[in-house]
Amino acid sequence: MVEVKIGRLRLANPVMAASGTFGYGEEYNRLFDINSLGAIVTKTITLKPRIGNPPPRIVETPSGMLNSIGLENKGLDDFLKTRAQPLKRLKTKVIVSIAGETAQELKILTGRVSSSGAADAIELNLSCPNVKGPGMAARDVEAARKIVKAVRKAVKLTLIAKLSPNVTDIAEIAKAVEDAGADAVSLINTFPAMAVDINTQRPILGNATGGLSGPAIKPIALKMVWDAYNAVKIPIIGIGGIMSAQDAIEFILCGASAVQVGTANFINPKASLEIIEGIEKYLKKKNLKDVNELIGRLRIWPR
Amino acid sequence: MKQIKTKIISNRLIGPMCYHMVLEAPSVARAIKPGQFIHVRCSDSFEPLLRRPFSLHRKNGGRIEILYKVVGSGTEILSRRQSGEAVDVLGPLGNGFAPKLSTLNSQLSTILVAGGMGVAPLVALAQELSKKKTQKLRVLIGACSKSRILCEEEFRALGAEVSISTEDGSKGAKGLITDRLNFLLSTLNSQLSTIYACGPNAMLKALSRIANAKRIPCQVSLEERMACGVGACLGCPVKVKAGEYKMVCKDGPVFDAEEIAW
Ligand SMILES: Cc1cc2nc3c(=O)[nH]c(=O)nc-3n(C[C@H](O)[C@H](O)[C@H](O)COP(=O)(O)OP(=O)(O)OC[C@H]3O[C@@H](n4cnc5c(N)ncnc54)[C@H](O)[C@@H]3O)c2cc1C
Ligand SMILES: Cc1cc2nc3c(=O)[nH]c(=O)nc-3n(C[C@H](O)[C@H](O)[C@H](O)COP(=O)(O)O)c2cc1C
Ligand code: FES
Repeated sequence: MVEVKIGRLRLANPVMAASGTFGYGEEYNRLFDINSLGAIVTKTITLKPRIGNPPPRIVETPSGMLNSIGLENKGLDDFLKTRAQPLKRLKTKVIVSIAGETAQELKILTGRVSSSGAADAIELNLSCPNVKGPGMAARDVEAARKIVKAVRKAVKLTLIAKLSPNVTDIAEIAKAVEDAGADAVSLINTFPAMAVDINTQRPILGNATGGLSGPAIKPIALKMVWDAYNAVKIPIIGIGGIMSAQDAIEFILCGASAVQVGTANFINPKASLEIIEGIEKYLKKKNLKDVNELIGRLRIWPR
Repeated sequence: MKQIKTKIISNRLIGPMCYHMVLEAPSVARAIKPGQFIHVRCSDSFEPLLRRPFSLHRKNGGRIEILYKVVGSGTEILSRRQSGEAVDVLGPLGNGFAPKLSTLNSQLSTILVAGGMGVAPLVALAQELSKKKTQKLRVLIGACSKSRILCEEEFRALGAEVSISTEDGSKGAKGLITDRLNFLLSTLNSQLSTIYACGPNAMLKALSRIANAKRIPCQVSLEERMACGVGACLGCPVKVKAGEYKMVCKDGPVFDAEEIAW
């Protein structure tokens, strides 16, 4: 069995598409049936449209990539008008990612997204490194607590707080958002990073800096999931450089109840399907009946 | 759009750092149009990590051909791939050229403007246009020097009138391709012309200014660094006059020149 629970959300399997790497599901649905995924997390929306950062927005780096999309999105109204209906028709779970500058903005977003019926859960993006403002909440324990508390009051749906790795102590932040009422935490978002062109002596990204994702960040993400697992009781969704079933299982062993696949979608759009299959095979090989038995099963060396 | 394993039929050096690759890909070949592109996994490992986009260069039955220049690690690895090996391809992607083919007016002239590697997609377009011999096909190829001029014979074989320019004068007229274009336009009825172009951004920008001044419809194929290639990541923006960004992979790579905020 590969079914897992995140808050009140039941996922047919623990593998979802990460926010910002899968649009609203439309493009990849043309390539394969995305209903096979445990869930999709949609591109973060904000109350007002955001134009995003100037190009280049993408650059490849050793075993990873930087992006500086800058939360480009057409805003809440457009989401409700053009995205909500097609999302409702999906059989897979839909987790709508939101970000905002103020608690007030986030309350409006959650309220209207939940009443649209398009979302099975909300992921609160506390941590985009490419914009000034909303990113702050993920770095400051008290700000994170306050924001999550406010959003919690406004929404009945399962609420997931997505954390930034750009913090001194991930356990402390995870604990704070748990106390504030989050049903789960997802981590990690991208690392603030840079790439430089020595010919032009300019940063490669139009925005100068961006967020690092892909295999390069996996070891750090694993450690952060492990730290969070040892600090909170709510489910953890592991994210960061997951390319294969092996990667996903490593996260589950470190305490993740589910995983999100981001950058891998660009390289192999069907990566998530292969990961689901691989997890099932692994369970069989290890004579386990239920993926839930794997969560946090990591056995520390005896001292 | 499909994700398939294609077989390399051949992969040959045809110019300085320039390779021509033929792939057996019937399902993609059936659907792909000139100006569209394929997103190629250069190796089976994660080195390089991301796919690399290449325009359709030619279509031959169930085979698709690409023409590429080695500029970095991805194309370098691709150049070392051997015939018989499998390559993971995603495509067809994007919107192609929208050539005006229907009319029988023999006064019409279609002008293809290719700077450097910009010849790659324009050969595919010439191939398509040559099937309907209704209009005069004129091709301008420009590059820095003689050795960088590609596909001259291919265009001629497709019935096009080809004119060459090089910046150092080592072949054809000396100077910029836009000077050649200005010269050509002065000899034609510009009301009846259409331009299709691909090449460096600076060239496309200059060319679109010319087209705009003379009110000639002009379509350009743009490039931007890409991740997903399908419109899902918002990683490949180009600013349009309306003030917003469009995605080169999904809304392009072919755009009406007048739409772009050069
Ligand atoms: C729609 C589209 C169609 C293309 N068609 C062709 C084609 O038919 N033939 C061909 O030779 N090339 C084509 N390109 C460009 C080609 O994709 C890049 O040259 C290639 O991705 C470089 O990969 P690399 O790993 O070798 O170089 P990298 O190490 O990634 O980069 C080397 C250099 O190339 C530049 N570069 C990298 N990626 C891109 C990109 N996507 N667009 C523009 N510049 C880039 C960088 O500025 C850098 O200086 C196309 C690009 C696009 C977007
Ligand atoms: C192009 C791109 C865009 C992203 N956009 C968002 C976003 O809008 N909201 C968000 O919460 N995370 C966003 N992310 C972060 C991913 O969801 C994920 O947390 C991160 O990429 C790490 O996972 P990965 O290594 O599997 O990609 C984006 C990542 C990439 C690469
Ligand atoms: S490359 Fe992802 S949107 Fe164009």
